[in-house]
Amino acid sequence: MKHKKRFSFGMLIAGILAVVFLIIIIFPFYWQIVTSVKDPADISKIPTELWPSRFSLDFYSNVFVHHHFDIYLKNSIIVSGGTMIFVILIALPASYAFIRLRFKFKKFWNNFILMANMFPIIAVVTPLFVIFRKIHLINTYAGLIIPSMVITLPMAIWTLNAFLQKIPIDLEEAAMIDGTTRFQSVIKIVVPLMGPGLFTTAIISFITAWNELMFSLVLVTKNSMRTVPVGISMFPGQFSVPWGDMAAASIVATLPIVLVVLICQKKIVAGLTAGAVKG
Amino acid sequence: MEKRNMRMSAEKKENIYGYLLIAPALILIITIGVAPIVNTFLYSFQYRMLTDPNDVHWVGLDNFITLFRDPDFIACLWNTLVFAVLSVVLELTVGFIGALLMHKATRGKSLIRTAVLIPWAIPGIIVSYMFSFLFNDQLGVVNQLLMTAGILRENIAWLSHPAWAMMAVVFADTWKQFPYVALMLLAGLQTVPREQYESASVDGAGKFRQFFSITLPEIKSILLVVLLFRTMGAIRIFDIIFGMTGGGPANSTSTLLFTAYKYLFGDMNFGLGSALSSIIFLLILAFSIFYIRVFRTDD
Repeated sequence: MKHKKRFSFGMLIAGILAVVFLIIIIFPFYWQIVTSVKDPADISKIPTELWPSRFSLDFYSNVFVHHHFDIYLKNSIIVSGGTMIFVILIALPASYAFIRLRFKFKKFWNNFILMANMFPIIAVVTPLFVIFRKIHLINTYAGLIIPSMVITLPMAIWTLNAFLQKIPIDLEEAAMIDGTTRFQSVIKIVVPLMGPGLFTTAIISFITAWNELMFSLVLVTKNSMRTVPVGISMFPGQFSVPWGDMAAASIVATLPIVLVVLICQKKIVAGLTAGAVKG
Repeated sequence: MEKRNMRMSAEKKENIYGYLLIAPALILIITIGVAPIVNTFLYSFQYRMLTDPNDVHWVGLDNFITLFRDPDFIACLWNTLVFAVLSVVLELTVGFIGALLMHKATRGKSLIRTAVLIPWAIPGIIVSYMFSFLFNDQLGVVNQLLMTAGILRENIAWLSHPAWAMMAVVFADTWKQFPYVALMLLAGLQTVPREQYESASVDGAGKFRQFFSITLPEIKSILLVVLLFRTMGAIRIFDIIFGMTGGGPANSTSTLLFTAYKYLFGDMNFGLGSALSSIIFLLILAFSIFYIRVFRTDD
């Protein structure tokens, strides 16, 4: 009897903690949504309405009409999509080599690439700015995709390595004994089996590129080439901050990503924690 | 003899294939990652102003001397240290509690896990504006909720007060980063064999003892990984500061990266900014080498 009581007390505390956790996580996001659909006249109302008394999409139309957010979205989609595709094309062969082949200094190069993940962007961006200006890569998509690939590549290789390690080598070996070439065995066996791993890596790469700020801040000087994060940072005026517009813009910028995350949460978690635990 | 030759050539072939396959990745990282860093080091010994492009010359250690005499630099060192300690401790504590909750949860597991991923997926700059609005002195809901609850009697201008501004950026960063910590630690917790707890229970060890004698030692290595990753992340903090406080008020939240950015693209002083960037790079490099040394896998 006594035992049961203590058990439920612990459960109660865990339950309360879990609810507090969820509220802390969700509230800021909830607040963004609520603010974004308020009537512009109500946003400076004191006390603030925790639930809007009337709804309006004015802030959303501001975002597209006054702030040209469609341009930023288009740029971000091109840059992140391009980064994602090219990173996968480069990371998959590299990862295959690291896991399946034997070559000299393999471990050194693997560690070298992983360490590139730690490079502080600030130590890279100035010379890139100087060089890119010389070769006219400032204000171009290539000039954003290439640097953004460098910051996503190490994580992509790391994640792919972890997935590839779990695929038994026997299938490939059997196919190769049957006379398939190594290249064919990769295309016919490894790539299909890697499906979930590739998908996860692609999503994580896309999100990393989507969230990148520093390169886009420095390597773009024209408004028509700005990405979403930099675009939003241009919203605040000198004397006032358009909180409603910014709330609407952040919903537009994050909702697609949040939806992808909601749909693929299991895969993303597997990808993020891959390699962190052995086994 | 023949056989040995064939094996040799197979080995050689594999060597060539290996390098061919990793070549694109290596070329990218060397040209766009390593070469610029080398240049940053060179710049840091130069007089190099963007506004004065025709006069670039070597000045030895001048930039570093200027840096160490600059009160802004000393302030940003201190701010980064304060920020790193506070945010890492908070993120690990909250993340650990979150991991334990997710591990023990019987219902709503996937709900919590999904919720936890939202902050991770949102761009840092957007997080910074979300929290700027939450902590706004007049319109912010934080002030309003605290007043309604009777904790505050009047509005606090969170972001205009040095200590509160630091707390606010730490809070925002924790919100964004603890989910990652929680997910990593959860992955660690899930590898601890259940039998260990069962046999400990049989031996009469309480939940508390079990936590310290089984759980902690088992996930020690992953805890260290997360600790190092988050420390490096905290040293590199930029987005949140850039969007929330712009380093202010009065430099009280200006961190290493933000100060370097200010020198580089605010003052257009590439020499001085590169000197600070080099210091940041070396700091991070030291942590990375430590990381690789400690967690070198032997497979």
